[in-house]
Amino acid sequence: MPLLLGLLVVCSLGLFVLYSASGENMDVIYRQLVRIGVGFAVMLAVAQIPPHKLARWSPWMYGLGVLLLIAVLLVGDIGKGAQRWLDLGVFRFQPSEMMKLAVPMVVAAYLHDRPLPPDMFRIGVCAVLIVVPVVLTARQPDLGTSLLMASAGVFVLFVAGISWRFISISGLLAIGATPLLWLNMHDYQRRRVLTMLDPEQDPLGSGYHIIQSKIAVGSGGLYGKGWLNGTQSHLEFLPERSTDFIFAVFSEEFGLIGVLLLMLLYSFILLRGLYIATEAQGTFGRLLAAGLILTFFIYIFVNMGMVIGQLPVVGVPLPLISYGGTSLVTLMAGFGILMSVHTHRRLLSH
Amino acid sequence: MPKITIKDVGRENQIFRNRAIVSVGIITVMFLIIIARLVVLQVLEHDHFKTLSHENRVKVVPIAPTRGLIFSRDGQVLAENRPSFNLEVVPERVRDIDDTVQRLLAHVEISEDEIKRFKRSLKRKRRFENVTLKYNLSEEEVSRFSVNRHWFSGVDIVAHANRYYPFASDTAHVIGYVARINERELQSLDATNYSATSHMGKSGIEKNYEEILHGTVGYQQVEINAQGRVLRVLERTPPIPGDNLHLSLDMGLQETAIEALGQNRGSVVAIEPATGEVLALVSTPGFDPNLFVNGISSRMYSALRDSTDRPLFNRALQGQYPPGSTIKPLLGMVALERGFRAPEDSTWCPGFFQLAGREHKYRCWKKHGHGHVDLEEAIMQSCDVYFYALAQDMGIDAMYSSLSAFSLGKRTGIDLPGERSGLMPSRQWKRKARSLPWYPGETLITGIGQGFTLSTPLQLASATATMSMQGRFFQPHLLKYSVDATQQTRDVPAKISGKLMYKGKQENWQQVTQAMVNVVHSPTGTARKAGEGASYQFAGKTGTAQVFTIKQDEDPKKRKDVAEYLRDHALFIAFAPAQEPTIAIAILVENGGSGSAAAAPIARRLFDYYLLDKSQENSDQGS
Repeated sequence: MPLLLGLLVVCSLGLFVLYSASGENMDVIYRQLVRIGVGFAVMLAVAQIPPHKLARWSPWMYGLGVLLLIAVLLVGDIGKGAQRWLDLGVFRFQPSEMMKLAVPMVVAAYLHDRPLPPDMFRIGVCAVLIVVPVVLTARQPDLGTSLLMASAGVFVLFVAGISWRFISISGLLAIGATPLLWLNMHDYQRRRVLTMLDPEQDPLGSGYHIIQSKIAVGSGGLYGKGWLNGTQSHLEFLPERSTDFIFAVFSEEFGLIGVLLLMLLYSFILLRGLYIATEAQGTFGRLLAAGLILTFFIYIFVNMGMVIGQLPVVGVPLPLISYGGTSLVTLMAGFGILMSVHTHRRLLSH
Repeated sequence: MPKITIKDVGRENQIFRNRAIVSVGIITVMFLIIIARLVVLQVLEHDHFKTLSHENRVKVVPIAPTRGLIFSRDGQVLAENRPSFNLEVVPERVRDIDDTVQRLLAHVEISEDEIKRFKRSLKRKRRFENVTLKYNLSEEEVSRFSVNRHWFSGVDIVAHANRYYPFASDTAHVIGYVARINERELQSLDATNYSATSHMGKSGIEKNYEEILHGTVGYQQVEINAQGRVLRVLERTPPIPGDNLHLSLDMGLQETAIEALGQNRGSVVAIEPATGEVLALVSTPGFDPNLFVNGISSRMYSALRDSTDRPLFNRALQGQYPPGSTIKPLLGMVALERGFRAPEDSTWCPGFFQLAGREHKYRCWKKHGHGHVDLEEAIMQSCDVYFYALAQDMGIDAMYSSLSAFSLGKRTGIDLPGERSGLMPSRQWKRKARSLPWYPGETLITGIGQGFTLSTPLQLASATATMSMQGRFFQPHLLKYSVDATQQTRDVPAKISGKLMYKGKQENWQQVTQAMVNVVHSPTGTARKAGEGASYQFAGKTGTAQVFTIKQDEDPKKRKDVAEYLRDHALFIAFAPAQEPTIAIAILVENGGSGSAAAAPIARRLFDYYLLDKSQENSDQGS
């Protein structure tokens, strides 16, 4: 399957970058390999579930997720200044990860048997379904995840065909609400926005990330410094270089050519995903597939934009490449849904 | 638009297809934006960034600010920074950490505990961050390691400033101490400003004024070579040292108080009434705060924690004791003001007091009674019966409202963390806390400062100061002023200064003060020994705080063992000189027995020091 092939190629490429970014640490590679293995297993398992079952489970998943998010706010563990985890004794669980899938699922399930494009009332219901978990997650505070959750839900609405007039009006409203958002932001979130606008202002604190990652990207040039030859990353100038900022390592070592190649690979996955969505037969599967694949694009765009200093630093990993297990498994489960939509279409039509 | 009620599959497919195409378009545009930006960074500005990354390998290193010093009012250094040498490891540059530690043992003494702690922090820190293996190397260890340094790549000796408290246990309960920042605290700190700081104030003044003591972080941009060694410093923004604090604490008085308390567990608080400045704040026994700075061993810590003398307990702020007879002058004042008593009204004391129609005898401390006593005599001889009768007449509500005006049962708001509020009981409190109504007998014992009433030595000192200022309250505080790095002096005034808390007539204040003067100067006063031969007049009041009484049927052997702990606490409050006072104090001696024998002589010693010896010293220096 072309999608599987594309994922495998990007993941293996990621391992090479990670090897360099982690300071040639094989332990990290092994751990990441295990995670990729788990991710693929989850993906193949999810792919076996027919879409109509997913649709039936959606409200339950969603409800459970919201409850867990509230539980995290009340009793969650504090990790890196934010409450995201729920300690279940055996393992720690991040409910917001599950909601990245549950939100588009519940919106798609809601629209599934209703006439499209949705009228104002249905848009309103969807908006509430999206806003509740997004606000709960933003309160943790985890801006990155809440952003991804929101986009997943909104994309489902978008492909369901809400009118352009509505989109442009709410766009204008959103711009109008920016000051309100600003007032509700945490100090560190405001600082990130200010830092993005002028990183030199705080070279020791929050500006440091951006300054260093820009140097890494810029010094990579057209052809890059070559694999394992990045200096910015190897001399520890670059913080979070195996996780959120791994794209800086990639650009430093492989240059613009390498980045274009990576974008090509990502574009292949994106196009393949959109193709699966258009070919899907049920409304649920079609909307969900499109919502998920467009969210995948948001991962890429936000992460790259942040590393090259165009967007504020929010905790969004470079999909399939950044070190870390939770988001990888969520992504793979998402691709599992895409595959399920694809394979079960065939079973139905032939 | 017509309202669609049936699903139009064909139309939906069409819409979806359109949206998918639009999406592809948007994705393309957004990728192009990123590519454009990448072209700017990687092609157009490539040379600029290449220079930054290749020729100038610039690293920003934070520099910790110097913590402010703490001085006493007589110019003694109470907290200073001393250089110390730590053995630090950069994990990434060490091939085999366990082997390196083993080899280091030949040159430097490292305990099991230290290795364990090192391994723990190893996990927390990034691979390129320094991790301290051993704090405070001896000079010999420094030189031994330096000679063999070339065997240990990634291990280095780093000089740090170490907080040191020259007066050790004598100021432990005032100054507190700094210790290493733990993970929980890290969450709430300004990460940038503390990026080079390892210690922060954990108790006392060090904690309360952490913000101004800490200072502002500096940083330097350094150039490093391919191995990460620093080649030169390119730019340096020096840190701004924290402010020096000048406290109102008089170290001479503080030491005199500690000496006078001797082996006793107890507390002394002395306040300058006209300002609220704290002159001495003692809780004995103390502990050595220097032990905590770089981490106290768990064995030593549990020894301190489990000691029956409770050296870690700050009795001055947190010890809550019944005020006993020390509240009698305040009650007397209220009685005069509210007209419950005239100065000449007298009560017959047969040695006990009974509520009408009850059997129970509330006893006076003097078994056979004081005979006829008026207010002045009642205070002077601490007659309990007079105050039982007064309490009965006043009732708990009037007592509660007027004694609260002297800040009993409320935190004074001193600039130290952890102060407790004590307790001034009322009907409402009892209903809420115990779900019981107020009983008349409880009113009686409240009248002699027993029962539910609790106060800290600091509260007693503050109430005494308020009394000596005829009802004006000056919030107790330790910080006089701070001096910042540019030698700018900043006064730190107390929040409440000279607020009239209790309005009273001049002659009534005089009446009560005179009675307190008689306590120490009259031949029949309870603390006449303490006042003997004093060249100045002072006013005082003894008190005894009852300790929980032991049950009759308890094991007699056990009783003998704990006997000392069951003795009453001795109390004494005083101010001097009686007219225009410059010092007010409260003294508590745990299990000291009677206030007159155990506590009052301490007051005399302190007054002699503060009013006589000290001015003697000053004039000696002047001549």
